[in-house]
Amino acid sequence: MRALFLAFFIIFPLSFIGSLAQENSVNSLFPNVAKAIGNPHPEGSEYWRINHPDLLRHDRDKVVRDGERKIDASIKQCVTCHAVFGDDEKPVKADSEQFFCATCHEFAAVKIDCFSCHTSDPDVNFLEEALAQYNPNSGISDKQIEMMRAYLLKEKK
Amino acid sequence: MSMFEKNKMKGADFHRREFLKKGAALASVTLASGVTLMALSQGAAASANPNIRWGLLIDANKCPSDCNACISACSNEHGWEDTGLDTDPQWIRKVTLKNKNTGRETSLPLMCQHCEKPPCVDVCPTGASFKRADGIVLVDRHICIGCRYCMMACPFKARSFVHEKIEGQKTSSPRGKGTVEGCNMCVHKLDAGEGTTACTQACETSGNGAMIFGDLNDANSEISLALANYPSVELRDDLRLNLGVRYKNI
Repeated sequence: MRALFLAFFIIFPLSFIGSLAQENSVNSLFPNVAKAIGNPHPEGSEYWRINHPDLLRHDRDKVVRDGERKIDASIKQCVTCHAVFGDDEKPVKADSEQFFCATCHEFAAVKIDCFSCHTSDPDVNFLEEALAQYNPNSGISDKQIEMMRAYLLKEKK
Repeated sequence: MSMFEKNKMKGADFHRREFLKKGAALASVTLASGVTLMALSQGAAASANPNIRWGLLIDANKCPSDCNACISACSNEHGWEDTGLDTDPQWIRKVTLKNKNTGRETSLPLMCQHCEKPPCVDVCPTGASFKRADGIVLVDRHICIGCRYCMMACPFKARSFVHEKIEGQKTSSPRGKGTVEGCNMCVHKLDAGEGTTACTQACETSGNGAMIFGDLNDANSEISLALANYPSVELRDDLRLNLGVRYKNI
């Protein structure tokens, strides 16, 4: 029963968030998920929306236990490509409602504790890489890109 | 959600991904077995390598009592701070030993000794405290419940509990409230192939050169040669834990 509830009220609406939020960002009932820089997931965003907990859980054990750091799903890379910059020109922290993970997790009322240990700030090296490959048609605002470049300059010093 | 439904939700896609990964590995082995097997084993060398045992040799004679270079380097590298409160974490600390008969004082840095048979791993109820293939003893904070048994079991008081909420962690060193932490031999630096630790680098930079870091299993490494040629001790060798950290001149 709970699974049915989840499927209809959380997963089903979440799977449409991408398209709906884009068309109807002001009046939508669904969370407005921020656009990401960097290359899109090869498996597709839809796949990631549903499977991200499993992917992250699997790879974290590889890193911590086996020291295998060349992995597909690293939280460092997540927070970098999905970084959102606030009005103060700094990346928003995990406790903000604007934070990428928080937009959906607040909506679905699912609490995550990743960021009680991991930093939610973008990683400088990954950010540099992502900005270098940035596609101007990806829908992310020029102001966000500008703030990312400024942040990168400041952090690299 | 029942177990059955949970598995179903993971879905074909998840297994497809696993299959693609495993399939690719399998294909590379069967296509050119000799070459790829070698390539795979080299890939494993970049991570925790079971042929390596990382160790540290500290010469107490070269460690002045007023030098804290290793401690501040560790603090900067991992983002912990000892503000003087009893509950603040200490991944590494300076300890002064005094011989009551002669009055001779020895100063040395003390941290996790990376035992071959770590008591902290024995007592951990969740398996969070573990030893990596290359001999580094770590806490997997994903499954640490903060019970602090390991802190009780450690003969060297090498582990700390995080009592307060932490913000602004280093990307390479996640740490948070409610979990136990300690020296991780700069595991992120070793995995990146740097082959040294923040404390050892700082000790070299300070000019004291009291620390040698290296592979205890490699007979030709600097640390193995030093151990073979000069007397050294393990702390609490009566416990027979075979420590990864050794001391000279104490």
